[in-house]
Amino acid sequence: MFRKILLTSIAVIACLSIVVGCAPQAAPAAAPAATTAPAAAPAKKTYTIAIIHQQEGNPYFAVEQPGVEDAAKELGDTVIFKGPASMDVNAQVELVDSLIAQKVDAIGLDALDPDALVPVAQKAMKAGIKVFSWDSSLAPAGRLVHFDAASPEDVGRTEVQMMAKMINYEGQIAILSAGSTNLNSNLWNKWSEEELKDPKYSKMTLVKTVYGDDDYQKGYNLTQALLKEFPNLKGIIGPTTVGIATASKYIKDAGLVGKVFTSGLGLPSEMKEYIKLGICKEMALWSPIDQGYGTVYIAHGLLTGEITPKAGETLNAGRLGKLPVVDTGSGNLVIYQGKPMIFDQSNIDKWAAIF
Amino acid sequence: MKTSYLTYKKPFSISSFFLRWEWILVGLIIIASLVLTFLSPHFLDAVNLFDMTFNFMERGFLTLTMMFLIISGSMDFSIASIAALSSAILGKVYLATGSIWIGLLAGLLTGLVAGVVNGLIVTRFNIPAFVATLGTLALYRGIAWIILENIAITNLPQEFTFFGQGYIPGTIIPIPLVFYLILLIPCALILHRSTFGRYTFAIGGNKEVCRYSGIKINRILLTIFIASGLMAALAGAFMSARFASIRADIATGMELDVVIAVVLGGVSINGGVGTLPGVVLSLFLLGIVRFGMNLINIPAQQQIIVTGLLLIVSVYIPQVINRLTIRKTI
Repeated sequence: MFRKILLTSIAVIACLSIVVGCAPQAAPAAAPAATTAPAAAPAKKTYTIAIIHQQEGNPYFAVEQPGVEDAAKELGDTVIFKGPASMDVNAQVELVDSLIAQKVDAIGLDALDPDALVPVAQKAMKAGIKVFSWDSSLAPAGRLVHFDAASPEDVGRTEVQMMAKMINYEGQIAILSAGSTNLNSNLWNKWSEEELKDPKYSKMTLVKTVYGDDDYQKGYNLTQALLKEFPNLKGIIGPTTVGIATASKYIKDAGLVGKVFTSGLGLPSEMKEYIKLGICKEMALWSPIDQGYGTVYIAHGLLTGEITPKAGETLNAGRLGKLPVVDTGSGNLVIYQGKPMIFDQSNIDKWAAIF
Repeated sequence: MKTSYLTYKKPFSISSFFLRWEWILVGLIIIASLVLTFLSPHFLDAVNLFDMTFNFMERGFLTLTMMFLIISGSMDFSIASIAALSSAILGKVYLATGSIWIGLLAGLLTGLVAGVVNGLIVTRFNIPAFVATLGTLALYRGIAWIILENIAITNLPQEFTFFGQGYIPGTIIPIPLVFYLILLIPCALILHRSTFGRYTFAIGGNKEVCRYSGIKINRILLTIFIASGLMAALAGAFMSARFASIRADIATGMELDVVIAVVLGGVSINGGVGTLPGVVLSLFLLGIVRFGMNLINIPAQQQIIVTGLLLIVSVYIPQVINRLTIRKTI
């Protein structure tokens, strides 16, 4: 009998420690993301702002964090910066729901699905929360404004221009994209195709677009399959940091350096090796640090009423300068961070050390 | 031990009553709630607690049929794909006919057919259920992709999205929760009070004995698979209504969440053992823990660890209990 009671209590204590165990761990882990207002500015109203990204552990979002924290410090706001464990729409909806329950003041959403998150975003707005999207856009019905890194046209066209220079405007190319429903990369690819219609690319053909779902293994296998299907392939455009890195890795592993080239949007620290090897001579990206930084300024601007938002208004975005609110048609309000930045052998060392 | 469930009733004793898995789940829910109330001022809030259920009611629907499947020693990994496929059909038929209700009917029919196909593959060709349904997992999802490609169907009518997002008028009770509670009644009666339920346990306990006893195993399994397909279609419809949009990739990976909830509910993965209250409690335990961890902003990776540990504990503790009760009867 005694033994039984002992074992039961051990079992219950074990369960208890699981539930409790995560709480103390969480405090230090959440601490860097949550920056509280400095005591120096007691008169100013501080806001709680949630910036939701697409995936924990994804290096792209990890480098956004310092920017988010910088802006939070400058503005004196409390910022929650987090995302789901995997790119799961349902999990992102749950996150937004929990933020509504926490009664945050503003939510910036890097939407995993442009439509499925609209109902929960509308629910948040009904609860008085200012909702905007950033990076991957939410349908206009679900947000006040969208914060885009660079205009899709600039990104799509730049990718093709960089690739054309590498392969002397001649040969077959392919695109290794993100998930097939990813709004951003699909839009960039559309503009890449648009750029290819220019007569100067008449000797370049886009043979196939494949979707690697931002998964390293899948992207690697797809690159292998692409090169089997099109042995004369000259270049692969990766409009996603995972796509360009996996394609470059396969090219290096298969000994195809100098025969097949990559370009697209890459993370400098991940791509440094391949840029040095000459697999990728040029790639583009914006500064994710500044992107994270900008999201907090937009949230703050929406809360203070600096932007209502309406087309023609400008947001004072700290070190990013003054950013205009643009209407891209039918009331779709967007704020652009700037032109894409080009990385090559001349500047990769410097940027790889940063992100 | 397994067959004893049918033939042998343990003498009542207070210690074994409180050692039941369901009570441990109740205890865990209380502990989790206390801890979360302590950690977040927003946890103990009726509106928040009711709203939280929106996020796991589709999973809740699916646990009900998954419970029958696992108790009968079977499995259906294709449920999330059926949800996607039937939603795709629902959306397409809606666009073609202009009536969401005809669409819904078509969606449910799709789920029914998908369930029949699963059931026939398992019972007629004698392919293990987890292999067969892993196959149809890919098959159904693939068809959903072919039907919808990369397009999302949006602008679903409000009288439909109401079922996924709405409340009972004048209250804070979400509609999906009401449907879930209504569904519990027939499930409880069938599993615990009917011959069909007895046979379900018996098949999971010892298939050979059932075969020699003249139980129509295949007919029962087929029925469960059809119910599973229908339930998946229903879950898909609720999810489409909640998201107010339909896309081929909805519910991806949800089958594992469902299996985890059922196993944590005390249903033996080997079949033959399990109760409905256990499954209901585990659904709410997982939902509360998940909501609570989001509420206190625990990073997602650490949340997975908690779910994993809960699962391991849920498999281990019943073994400990078993060992204890066996010692008692000897």
